[in-house]
Amino acid sequence: MKRLAAALLFALPLAASADALKSGEFSPPRMAPGFTLQGSTGKPLKLSDYRGKVVALGFGFTSCPAVCPTTLAELAAVKTKLGAQGKDFQVVYVTVDPARDTAERMRAYLTAFDPTFVGATGLDAQLAAVRKDYGVSVTRTGSGANYGFNHSSFVYLIDRSGKLRALSPYGRAVDDVAHDVRVLLNQ
Amino acid sequence: MTRSRILTLAAAVLAIAALWATLWAMYAPIPAGSREQLFEIPAGTYARRAAGDKVEILPTSIRLTLGVKDILVLKNLDNVPQTFGPVLIMPGQSFRMPFGVAGDVQFECTAHASGQMRIVVEPAPDAGWRRLVWRARHWL
Repeated sequence: MKRLAAALLFALPLAASADALKSGEFSPPRMAPGFTLQGSTGKPLKLSDYRGKVVALGFGFTSCPAVCPTTLAELAAVKTKLGAQGKDFQVVYVTVDPARDTAERMRAYLTAFDPTFVGATGLDAQLAAVRKDYGVSVTRTGSGANYGFNHSSFVYLIDRSGKLRALSPYGRAVDDVAHDVRVLLNQ
Repeated sequence: MTRSRILTLAAAVLAIAALWATLWAMYAPIPAGSREQLFEIPAGTYARRAAGDKVEILPTSIRLTLGVKDILVLKNLDNVPQTFGPVLIMPGQSFRMPFGVAGDVQFECTAHASGQMRIVVEPAPDAGWRRLVWRARHWL
């Protein structure tokens, strides 16, 4: 709830100049922490393989009831809005639930939103290291087979050169996210 | 002029001045300026904390106002990363966060001894009563 409130607080960014990002922005930007995990494509997924594209990096799990499907649907809408530029926009979704999220399951889930979306899974320790590098917090909830997670719902925007540029909060308008991605694509 | 007339005249002048001041406070536009509210995490914060010093660098509650001061800028001058909610700010790095909706929320923040930071984003002080209250709060 707290995270949702935080996300909604960011939801309607103020008007700014055309080139200013509407998301939270880092200055100076640093290189996005690299990682190599098991990709939903069946091959290793190395973040640096997507240099040259703007990457939207999210963390979640395929059994997520609300936040993840909403985020992914919005990212798919962003890609559609980008038109021809959408080919240079890559969504990478890293699971926080490796016990259930196999590469196959992530592929089936993510491609339902957009065939180009890719997922990453791995060992608990590998995923925890990636989360630490990005400051992502995850808390397991529930018990038995119906467990879930409270997890950071922000999407990290990484520019073509691999720099971590911005954080886009959950609930942001598709037009605003598309604006920010377009700004990064045009730099 | 009698004393009572002088007093009446003075009271009238004061009343008119008070009315003018109130109307001005209610309707005069707020001067444009930077909408950024900067907070710095000084060098040595982590070391002081590690040494047992319960130093508070940032206020536990930050108040922003839409349309006036609604961009939070956090600058990490410490030599270790600091976490602000979902944001990991590296040494020497700033994070500029525009707010667009009024609200009240708590974030995890490693720059605070309590580990928490509250941000209150107030609605834009529109002309009228809201602007009067906003000015009163900033003057008093």
